[in-house]
Amino acid sequence: MILFGKKIPILFSLAVWFFAWEIAGRVELSTIVPPVSRVIAAGITIIPTEKFGAAVAISLRSFAVGMALALLIGIPLGFLMARLPAAGKILGMWVNIFVSAPISALVPILMAVIGIGETTVVVTVFLFAVFVIILDTQVGVKQADRSLVEMARCFGARPYQLYTKVLFLSALPEILAGVRLGVIRGVKGVVIGQLLIAILGVGELFELYSQNFLMEEFWALVIIVFMFAFAVSEAIAFLERRVEYYASAR
Amino acid sequence: MPVDAIVQVKDVGKIYEGGVEALADISLALPQGKLSTLLGPSGCGKTTLLKIIAGLIPPSRGEIWVKGKKVGGPGPERAFVFQDFALLPWANVVRNVAFGLELRGLPKEERDAIARKYIAEVGLASFESSYPHQLSGGMRQRVGLARALAVDADIILMDEPFSSVDEQTRRKFQEELLDLLRHKRKTVIFVTHSIEEAAYLSDQIMLLSPRPGTLSKIVEPNIHREGRSPDEIRRDKNYLDAVDEIWQILKHYV
Repeated sequence: MILFGKKIPILFSLAVWFFAWEIAGRVELSTIVPPVSRVIAAGITIIPTEKFGAAVAISLRSFAVGMALALLIGIPLGFLMARLPAAGKILGMWVNIFVSAPISALVPILMAVIGIGETTVVVTVFLFAVFVIILDTQVGVKQADRSLVEMARCFGARPYQLYTKVLFLSALPEILAGVRLGVIRGVKGVVIGQLLIAILGVGELFELYSQNFLMEEFWALVIIVFMFAFAVSEAIAFLERRVEYYASAR
Repeated sequence: MPVDAIVQVKDVGKIYEGGVEALADISLALPQGKLSTLLGPSGCGKTTLLKIIAGLIPPSRGEIWVKGKKVGGPGPERAFVFQDFALLPWANVVRNVAFGLELRGLPKEERDAIARKYIAEVGLASFESSYPHQLSGGMRQRVGLARALAVDADIILMDEPFSSVDEQTRRKFQEELLDLLRHKRKTVIFVTHSIEEAAYLSDQIMLLSPRPGTLSKIVEPNIHREGRSPDEIRRDKNYLDAVDEIWQILKHYV
């Protein structure tokens, strides 16, 4: 950001917003907005508690399992749809419907079918993340340079070599973009799944804080979840930058 | 058919999905150790024929015989140089040149050593760790050529290799190509739409008619190239006659 001809660090913008938040809290604009300093203090007190640790552990586990399934199923399915026109035609419509559908609406049905527990949250994460991963992988593989595929065949590539040494790397920028979007959706999936179930992990804490009007703790938890989503997404963006040098040159 | 034909094209025809007939009944014999050129107007199916010989496109009719055996796909005795270079954008020059050997499962040190040798031969010794996007078009095609040489195929198939390269680079490249390939006694099958390029490079030129491509004439420039400069060759009577003969046939197709 550039202001009055000077480069302003990103953190400065954050500081301004925190300052405004602090003022709004101090003048008691609304009972749901406590000053940011008290939110941070609340955050520091809840982080070491056993309840918080357990909530984080179970949430991270649901997230990790759901995401792992989304990657293990989403990426191969994207490949399949790109390489087999019939599979692309049959599945394409469904993937496109589900990628834009409000998956949250399905969670109550999942609860009824799978039960009120961690599995439902895992499935929610999976459903939130998987479709965008499928779609982006499919686009990446489809766009792979045809002459690279011909080249590989010409030089004697076996099918698995074609996939690992040419198609996967060629599609990697799109796959990573899909994974980053999938991860962001996956975080939403954990929170929404747990909120609707209301007896698990971070969702349970959110319920607890808002029901008892513990606004400082509530906002502290919001900030922590935001920071987690941002950190995971940035970690994948870092990987994306590592393949950037060839993404634009393909 | 001559006994020394290394590649034989027997009654090959190609009809694409949708009914477009690209090639009709082509039979050719391509002599060992010579540079043969497929020349014709755009859309005469010359690239299609080259890719059929490479085993990349199945013919609708007819057969391809290489070194006395019928072939149905790509093989290690044939290497291809692509019009658009087809280099792996994520791999540096060494890895690109060694790619054919990598696919064959050669250990890394071994294949990199072979790749370095050919990189030096095509004049790219100081660009070993560059990436394709850092190279000019001419340099990229040198990488493509080094990759084809590295697998030590007897037959090198070149699909308009100089069409996306500027004129000066193209001339220099043509001369080097002649030197390199005659020295190595490779059989080359070359596709181009440039009459001068065909006459300058080839031992035999196969003229194709427009769609559906058929063989309309074989021209043998019979140019004496040993020990002569490129400019001398371009003033050679046989060279000029070949250019004229080709033009007299091709102009009816324009």
